[in-house]
Amino acid sequence: MKKTKGLSTDTLFRLFNYVALITLAVTIIVPVAWVFFASIKQNAEFYENPWSLPDGVYIQNFVEAFVEAQMGEYLLNSVIVTALSLGILLVVALPAAYVLSRFRFRGSNVLNSVVKAGLFINVSYIAVPIFLMLLDWDSAIKMIIGDPFFLNNRFILAVIYASTALPFTIFLLSSYFQTLPSDFEEAASIDGAGYFRTMISVMFPMAKPSIIIVILFNFLLFWNEYILALTLMPGDNKTLPVGLLNLMAAERAAVNYGPMYAGMVIAMLPTIILYIIVQKRLTQGMTVGGLKG
Amino acid sequence: MNKKGSRNIFITVCVAPALILLATFMITPTIEVFRMSMYRWGGFSNTREFVGLENFKVLWNDMDFIQSFQNSILLIVLVAIITLIFAVFFAAVLTKEQVKGGNFFRIIFYIPNILSIVVIAGIFSAIYDPKSGLLNSIFGVLSLDSFEQLWLGDQEIVIYSIAGALVWQAIGYYMVMYMSGMASIPASYYEAASLEGANGITQFFSITLPLIWNNIRTTLTFFIISTINLSFLLVKAMTGGGPNGSTEVFLSYMYDQAYTNSTFGYGMAIGVVVFTFSFALAAIVSRITKRDVLEY
Repeated sequence: MKKTKGLSTDTLFRLFNYVALITLAVTIIVPVAWVFFASIKQNAEFYENPWSLPDGVYIQNFVEAFVEAQMGEYLLNSVIVTALSLGILLVVALPAAYVLSRFRFRGSNVLNSVVKAGLFINVSYIAVPIFLMLLDWDSAIKMIIGDPFFLNNRFILAVIYASTALPFTIFLLSSYFQTLPSDFEEAASIDGAGYFRTMISVMFPMAKPSIIIVILFNFLLFWNEYILALTLMPGDNKTLPVGLLNLMAAERAAVNYGPMYAGMVIAMLPTIILYIIVQKRLTQGMTVGGLKG
Repeated sequence: MNKKGSRNIFITVCVAPALILLATFMITPTIEVFRMSMYRWGGFSNTREFVGLENFKVLWNDMDFIQSFQNSILLIVLVAIITLIFAVFFAAVLTKEQVKGGNFFRIIFYIPNILSIVVIAGIFSAIYDPKSGLLNSIFGVLSLDSFEQLWLGDQEIVIYSIAGALVWQAIGYYMVMYMSGMASIPASYYEAASLEGANGITQFFSITLPLIWNNIRTTLTFFIISTINLSFLLVKAMTGGGPNGSTEVFLSYMYDQAYTNSTFGYGMAIGVVVFTFSFALAAIVSRITKRDVLEY
C-alpha cells in the first residue's frame, strides 16, 4: 500500500516536471515562430485571427524592409561594425591578456585592477559622456579639416565597442593563459624564439578554445547592441537594431505590420543560425565567463 | 639590444593599446559622469557652471525621479525572485531528474538570451497588443474575456508586463548558471540521501540548495546590475517610459534628461545616484545572504 502511494506521487511529480518544461518551451518557441510566420503575411491577414497560418509566402514584406526601409544597408553596417569590432578587440586584447597574466612588471598590479574595475562599468552609464566627448572632438577637428569625423563613423563606433568589451575579454583570456604551464615559453626561448614569436606562434594557438568563446560572446554583444549605436550614430549609418527600432515605429504608425516582422527576422536570423551551430560551446563557455552586460 | 630592454619593449607594445583604449573610452567617461554631475550644464545655454551638489538637491524633490526609482526597485525585486525560482527549478529538473530531451529543453530555454532587446521588444509588443495580441486572443478563445487587458496601455499593469518580458529573457541564462553549479555536486550525496529515505524535494532543500548557495549569491548581484540595465534597454525600445511615466526606470530617466533633454549635468547626477545605489544594494544583499561555504 505504502509503496504504490510513493510510486504515484513520484509519477505525479515527473508529470509535473514535464508539464512545466513543455510550458516554458512553448512560451519561447511560439512567439519566436509566430514572428517568422507574421513576416510572410499580407497586411490584411493581421486583422484576422492572430493564430491563423499565413495564406501564402508574401515575400514582398522582405523586399519592402530591405529596400524601402533600408534594412539591407543597416545589415551591411552591422556586419561591418561587428567584424571591425571583433578584429580590433582580438588584436588589442590578446597581447594585453597574455602579458598581464604571464609577466610581472612595474604597474602590472595596477593594470590588473583597472581591468577588474572596468568589469563594473556599464555602457548605459557612459553612452552620453562618450557622445559629448566625440562632439567636442568633432568641433575641434572641424576647424582643421572642415568636416566632422568622430560621430556617425562606423570605424569609431567599432573602436568604442571593442574598448567597452576589453575588460571582460582580457579578464576571460587572462584566466585561461594563467592555466597554461610555463614549459612552452621556456622551450620556445631555448629554440631561440623572441617574445613576439613565442606569443604569436606558441601561446595564441593554445588559447584557441577561449578565443572562440570570446568571439561568440562578443559577436552577440556587438550585433545586438543598440544604445551606443543610437547615441553615437544619429545620421545615416545606422546599425540593424537601431534601424529596426525606426522601422517598428514607422510601420506601427503606418499600420503596415508585415515589413516590421520581416525586419525582426532579418535582425534575429543570423544570431539564431549561429546559436544552433555553436549552442553547446556557448552554454558551456558561459560558466567560464559568468558575466552579463 | 639586451634582454631586459627587449622585454620592456615587448610589454609596452602589448599593453599600451589596451591601456589607451580603456583610458579614453571607459575611464575618462566614467570620471566625466561624476564631474559633470556637479555642473549646471545644458538645456538652452551651453555654459557650464559649477554648482556643487545643487543637482542632487533638485533630484531629491523630483517626483519623476522618485517614480522611476519605485519602478526600478519593483522590477529588480520581481524579476530577481521570479527568475530565481524558475531558473533553480528548471536547473534542478534538468540536472537531477532523468528527463527525456533534456538537451533540447536546455537549447530552447537559452534562446531569449541571444536575441537583441529590440527584437524582444518587438515580440512582446505582438504578445501584448490589445486587439490582435497573442495573450488577449488566448484569453478570448478560453472565454476568459475578463483577463484581457491593455497590457501596455494600462498604467497599473504595464510595469508587470515589462517584468514578464524581463523574466522571459532571463530564465535560460540563470538556469545554465545554476546547472553548472549543480552538476559539480557528487552523485553519492543523493544516493546516500535516498538510502536514508529522503525524497526528491527533501534532497533538493537539504543538499542541492545549500551547495549551490554561493552560486545563487553571485547571481543576486547580476540580477541587480542587469535588471537596471536591461529594464532601461527594454523600456526605451518598447514603451519609451510611457504611458505617462509609468514605466520610467532609473537609466531611461537619466538618458531622457541627459540626451533627449540635453540637461547633461542633471542627467549625470542621476547616473551617479543610480551607480552608487546599485553598488550599495549589491553589497547589502551579498552581506545578508552570506553563509559559511560548505566544503565538499
